[in-house]
Amino acid sequence: MSKKTSKNGDLNVVGKPFRKVDARAKCVGQTKFADDIFLPRMLYCKMLRSHEPHALIKKIDTSKAEKLPGVIAILTGKELPIPYGILPVSQDEHALCIDKVRFIGDPVAAVAAVDEDVAFDAMNLIVVEYVRLNTISTIEEALLIEEPRIHEYGDGGNVHKKVSLEFGDVQQGFRDADLIREDTFFYEGNTHLPMEQHAAVAHFDADGKLTLWSSTQTPHYVHRALAKVLEMPASHIRVIATPNGGGFGGKSDPFNHEIVVAKLAIMTGRPVKVTLTREEVFYCHRGRHPVLMKVKTGVKKNGAITGMHFQSFLDGGAYGSYGVASTFYTGALQTVTYDVPRYKFEGVRCFTNKPPCGPKRGHGTPQPRYALEVHLDKIAEQLKLDPVEIRRQHLVKPNSLTANYLRIGSMGLGTCIDKVVKGSDWKNKFSGWDRPNRKLPEGKGIGIACSSYICGAGLPIYWNSMPQSGVQLRLDRQGGVCVMCGSIDIGQGSDSILAYIVAEVLGIDPFDIRVVTADTDLTPVDLGSYSSRVTLMTGNAAIQAAERARELLVIAVAEKLGVPIENLSLAERRVFDVENPETGVSFAEAVVLAESKFGTIGTVGSYSPPPSPGKYKGAGVGPSPAYSYSASVAEVDVDSATGIVTVERIWIAHDIGKSINPMLVMGQVEGSVYMGLGEILMEEMTYRTNRNVVHKFPSMLEYKSPTTMEMCDVKTYLIEDADPNGPFGAKEVGQGPLLPVPPAVANAVYDAVGVRIDEVPITPEKVLKALREKARGRDPRYGPLSVPTVSWPEPLKVLTPAEGGDGKEMPRVAVHS
Amino acid sequence: MTDKARIKFNLNGEPAEVAFAPHKTLLEVLREDLGLTGTKHGCELGECGTCTILVDGRAVLSCLMLGLDAEGHDVKTVEGMADGAELHPLQDTFANLGAAQCGYCSPGFLLVAEELLKKNPRPTRDEIKEALSGNLCRCTGYIKIYEAVELAAARMRGEEMQLPEEAVYGLK
Amino acid sequence: MMRLPKFEYRVAREIRDAVRMIADAGPAGQFVAGGTDLYPNMKRRQQTPRTVISVTRLSELNQITGDGSSGVKIGASVTLTDVCEHPMIKRDYPVVAHAARTISTPILRNMGTIGGNLLLDTRCNYYDQNYEWRKGINFCLKKDGDVCWVAPGSSKCWAVQSSDLVPVMVAIGAKLRFLSTLGERVVEAAGVYNDDGIDYLHKRADELLVDIHLPPTNGWRASYQKLRRRGAFDFPVLGVAAYVKTDRPGGTVIDAKVVLGGIAPAPVQVTEAELALVGERLDRDQILAAAEAAYIKARPLDNTDFVMNWRKQMAREYTIRALESLSS
Repeated sequence: MSKKTSKNGDLNVVGKPFRKVDARAKCVGQTKFADDIFLPRMLYCKMLRSHEPHALIKKIDTSKAEKLPGVIAILTGKELPIPYGILPVSQDEHALCIDKVRFIGDPVAAVAAVDEDVAFDAMNLIVVEYVRLNTISTIEEALLIEEPRIHEYGDGGNVHKKVSLEFGDVQQGFRDADLIREDTFFYEGNTHLPMEQHAAVAHFDADGKLTLWSSTQTPHYVHRALAKVLEMPASHIRVIATPNGGGFGGKSDPFNHEIVVAKLAIMTGRPVKVTLTREEVFYCHRGRHPVLMKVKTGVKKNGAITGMHFQSFLDGGAYGSYGVASTFYTGALQTVTYDVPRYKFEGVRCFTNKPPCGPKRGHGTPQPRYALEVHLDKIAEQLKLDPVEIRRQHLVKPNSLTANYLRIGSMGLGTCIDKVVKGSDWKNKFSGWDRPNRKLPEGKGIGIACSSYICGAGLPIYWNSMPQSGVQLRLDRQGGVCVMCGSIDIGQGSDSILAYIVAEVLGIDPFDIRVVTADTDLTPVDLGSYSSRVTLMTGNAAIQAAERARELLVIAVAEKLGVPIENLSLAERRVFDVENPETGVSFAEAVVLAESKFGTIGTVGSYSPPPSPGKYKGAGVGPSPAYSYSASVAEVDVDSATGIVTVERIWIAHDIGKSINPMLVMGQVEGSVYMGLGEILMEEMTYRTNRNVVHKFPSMLEYKSPTTMEMCDVKTYLIEDADPNGPFGAKEVGQGPLLPVPPAVANAVYDAVGVRIDEVPITPEKVLKALREKARGRDPRYGPLSVPTVSWPEPLKVLTPAEGGDGKEMPRVAVHS
Repeated sequence: MTDKARIKFNLNGEPAEVAFAPHKTLLEVLREDLGLTGTKHGCELGECGTCTILVDGRAVLSCLMLGLDAEGHDVKTVEGMADGAELHPLQDTFANLGAAQCGYCSPGFLLVAEELLKKNPRPTRDEIKEALSGNLCRCTGYIKIYEAVELAAARMRGEEMQLPEEAVYGLK
Repeated sequence: MMRLPKFEYRVAREIRDAVRMIADAGPAGQFVAGGTDLYPNMKRRQQTPRTVISVTRLSELNQITGDGSSGVKIGASVTLTDVCEHPMIKRDYPVVAHAARTISTPILRNMGTIGGNLLLDTRCNYYDQNYEWRKGINFCLKKDGDVCWVAPGSSKCWAVQSSDLVPVMVAIGAKLRFLSTLGERVVEAAGVYNDDGIDYLHKRADELLVDIHLPPTNGWRASYQKLRRRGAFDFPVLGVAAYVKTDRPGGTVIDAKVVLGGIAPAPVQVTEAELALVGERLDRDQILAAAEAAYIKARPLDNTDFVMNWRKQMAREYTIRALESLSS
C-alpha cells in the first residue's frame, strides 16, 4: 500500500487493543441475530427431513398437514426444480429433494404456519413414501460400489472427483533420498458447532422485492443462489447477513432453508422465519472431511526433503459443497512450510449417504498438516534429528516460489519456531528420542508442529475478473464517516477492522465511524467471511477508499490554509500542517471544505489479489496474496492406565504480519487452539453405518465440545513480519493457528508414552490399545494400515520453477500400454 | 390455539405481566412474548448454557424452566444487567477485552459470572473455570472470558488491576 | 427451536395434594421437580405426559435435616447445588457432596434435584434423540419401537442407569421414602432399581419420592469415581461407588460394597468384590482382587459415549482408584 499508511511508528489506531465497535451491543443483548428478528404477521417454517439415508421419493402426501388449522402454506421440491450449489462445478443440491433423498436430514417438504408448534405438528402429518436404495457409508464402499450412484455426475460410480498433479519428477526425488518413509493416517470428520443455530427470515413486499436476513458467512453467494433458484432478477433480491453467532465455515454455503423461506414468503405474502434445531445444524454440516492419507517422503540424512508423494481420500458426504476445492486443499499447502523440491499429489473425494462435508476452519488443510507433521516427527526419529531442527533447517524461503507455484511473500516461521522452543524450554524437556534417559517423567511429553495458511484465495469461487472485495465510504458534512462493505462479522471482528483502518487513514477515532456491512442493497460486494480473506482483502479495499477520501480532504484543506498538500496530516480528528500543528481544521470542517469544492464526498476502494504464477489446471486452489505461519509446542500428560490424554499447555507463535488489533489477534489464536484441541482430543462426526447411517449423536451433549475444564493454558507469541500484500502488513489469524495444534499434541503423546496415534481424534481407547501393543512388543501404533487401491488418472505434469517451468502443465504425451 | 396463561413477576427490576401459551418455556416467553431477545439459545435441551438467566439470583437455564414457574420470582436477563446507561463491570470488561467474539454465548456467561462474583468476590482461576463449566463457547477458548471475569471482580472489589501485557499483545 | 408438547401443568402446594393430583392424573401423569431430565425428554417426545405436577413448592421436600451422628434426611426437591454446597453434607457425607458435584454443570445443579437425579430416566443413545432421529431407526424398544438396537436379539431394554448418586446411595445403604394415596413406604436404595431400561424402578408411577435417608456415619467411608469425556455436562459412562467399614481406622474390613453405575439398566453391586475385601485389611492385593471382580461383572454395551470394551476395562481401574482413596 501507499507509503503514507505503511510507516509503522506513527500509527494511532492500527496495532492498538481497541474494543470491537460492536462489542458493547453484544454484551447487553442488543445485537440482533437472525432468530431475534420478529416481523408483524410472521410465519414459522419447519422442514420435514428424510429419515431414509438413500431412497427414491415415490409420493409426498401433504393433504393431512394442509387441513391442520394454522397451516398457511406447504412446499415441496417440485416447486423449486432448479439446482444450486456453492461451486459452479457442483450444482447438485435442491432446496427440497424432488425425486431422491441422499442422507438422513435431507429436506423433502416445508410448512409455513402461524406458530412453530403448528408448523411442527403439520410437518409430522406429511407422509412420504420412499423406495429404499442401498447405502454407501464409507470411503472404501464408495470406491468399490458403483451402483446405486448417489449422484449422476462426477468421476464415475460414487467418486465425486479425482485429481492428480505432479510437480517435477518425484521418482527422481526419491532416487536422490537417503531415506524414504511412508505413513498412513486418518483424520475423522468433525463439525463447526457454532453456538447459534442457523436461522433465516424472508420478507416479500408488495412491490415485488424480496429481503432475506440470514445467519450466513456469504451473503453474496446466497444472493446468487436465490436469484438462480427463484428465477428472480438479482436486483429484486436483498440479502442481509445478520451477525453470525459463530460460523467457522459452517455458514458458507447457500442453504436449502434460506431458499425455502424465501419461496414461502413469496407464496404467502407474509414474512417467514426458520430457525434450525441443533439436530438440523448437524445435518447442514459442511464440516471437516474425514480424510484417509498416505504420505511418502524422501529425505537426505540432514532431513532435507527430496521429494514427496501425498495421497488423500475424502469422505464427502451426500453433496458437492466446496468439496472439489477441499480435495485440492488437502494437497496444496504441503509445500509452503518446508522446502519440497518435487511433489506429487493424488486426491479422491467420494460421495456417501451422510450430511455433506465442506469447509471448516483450515479448510482441507488440518488433515494433511496433521499427517505431514507427525510423518516428519517419525522421519526425525529415524534420522536421530531433533524435531525442531528438521523443521527449522529446511524452511521455505521468503519471496520464493514453491514447486507447485505458490508465491511466498513474508515468512516468519523460523521466528515462530524459535519463540515456542525457547518459551516451552524445549531443550530441557525433549529427550532426543532417548527413551531410557528421559528428561520429563514417563507419561509427560512434549511435541512440536508447524503450519501455514492462506490469507484469502487467489481466485474467486466463480470465474470473473472483478474485485474480490469492495468498500464504499461516505463522508458527511457533520464529520460522520460511514464505511460500507459486503463483508460479514462472524465474531472475528471484521466490522471493527474496517473501522480501525479507515480511522487510521483519516485520523479519526474508530468509534466515530458507522460501519454498514453485509447488505446486498447497501454495500459493495465482498465475497464473504471464509478462506481467511477478510482482513487482507477488505482491509486493502478500505485503505484505498480511505486514501481516496483523504486525498479530497487534503486538497480542499491545503487550498483553504494555503499550505502544501504534502504538509498536511490527519490525526486526532484534525487535518493540520505537520510543520505548524496548530494550523489546521477539524475533521468535520475538512469535510465541509471538500464537499464545498467537490460535491458530495463518497469514495470507493476495491481489492483483487495479484495474479497467480501457477497456470496449470487446478492452480486455482492454493495461491494467496500472503501466507501466515504458526508453530506450536504442546505439553501433555498421558495416563497409561486409562489412555486419557490431558493437554496441559500449548505454546503457540503466529506470524501475523502486523496486528491490526493485537487483542483480537490473541482471541483468534486462543480460539483456534481451542478448536484444534477439540479436534485432536474428542470431537467427531460419527455414524451408525449398520443402522441406516444415522448420525450417532446429533446433539450438543454427545458431540463433545471442550468445556472450560478441558481447555489448556495457552502461551501466545505474535510475530510481526509485515507482508507487502497485507493492509499495514497484516496477514490472517482466524484459521492458521488451529493447524499445528493437533499434530503437536500427537507428537507430544508419542514423547510421553512412546505410542503413535495416527488417527484423529486421539481418544483414550486408541492410546490404551497402542500401549497394549507396545507392551506385547508389537508396533506401538494405532492407525490405518493401508489405503484403498484407486485407478488414479495420469498426473498432470508441471515442471517446477527450479526445473525451468513456466507454471503451465506439460502437454500430455500419448504413451499408453 | 391454546388458552393463554398470565403471570406476574419481577423482570429486570420492574414488575411485569405477560400472557402466553402455558406450555412455553421461560426462554420462549422472554424472547417471543416479551421481546427480550438478549437471551439466546443453542440447543433448548440443557446441553450448552447459552440461555442462562438469573432467577432469584441463581443461574438457571431458561430453556428448561416453564414460563409459569416464573410467577412471583425475580428474573434477570442480560438486558437487566446494566445500571441504566452504566454497563455492569462484567459487561464492560467482556466488551473491552474481547471476551465476546461472536457474542452469542456472552449473555449466558455474563449472568453465570454475575452469580459467581456475588457468591465469591475473589475467585481463583480454577474457581472461575468450574463456575463457567456449564457454558460452551466455540470462539474464545475461554481465556479472554476468564480475564474479563478477573478484571471485573477486581474492579467490583474496588481494586486497581491491569491485565498483564501478554494477555493483549502476547509474550515477547 | 425445540419446544415442549402441550400438557396440563399443576403445582402442588401440599404434599397430600401432590399425591392426590397424581392419582387423579393416572398413568398420563408425571411429577416434575427441576425439569432437567423430564423437559428435554418431552421436547424430544420420548416422554409425553398429559399432566405434569410440580413438587418444587412442597416444603417437606425442600429440607435437609439431621447430621452424621444421627443420620440425615434430604428432601427430594433439594437442588443438587444445595446438596453439594451444604456444609454438614460436605463434612459428614463428603462422598455424597462429591458425587453430586460431578453431576452435569453448575447451572443444571442449580435446577436439578436430588430426587430427580435418583429417579433419572435410563439413558441410551438410541433413545435420547429427537422424534425425527428415532424414526430413522424405526424407533426402539423403550419408546415406540419393538427392537432394542443395543442388543437386537434381546427382549429387554438396555438403556443405562446414568445417575451419579444412585451407586453412591446403594453403596452407603441410603433409604428412600415414597408416598402415595395408598400410604408410605421406606425402602433401601438397592431395592429401588430394576435391571430393565424401561421398567427401571421398583416404584409405581403414582408414588412420590419424599426424601432420602442417609445412614449415620459410624465408622464407614465411601468414595465415588466417575468416568466421562468432559469435566462438565457429561453423564457417567461408568461410576464406581466404594464403601468400606473397618473395625478400627486402618484395621480389618468388616463390611464393604462396590457398586457400578453407568454400565447397565440398574446399578451393579459387585458382591464378589465385597467378598474379596471383607475380613482383610484394605491393601493392594485385596483392592486388585476386588477390581478384577468389578471388571468381570461390568458388561457395558455400545449405547453411551466411548467404546464399550474400554469402559469395561476402566471398571477395573476406577475400582482400584475408588478403593485406594479409602485405604490411605
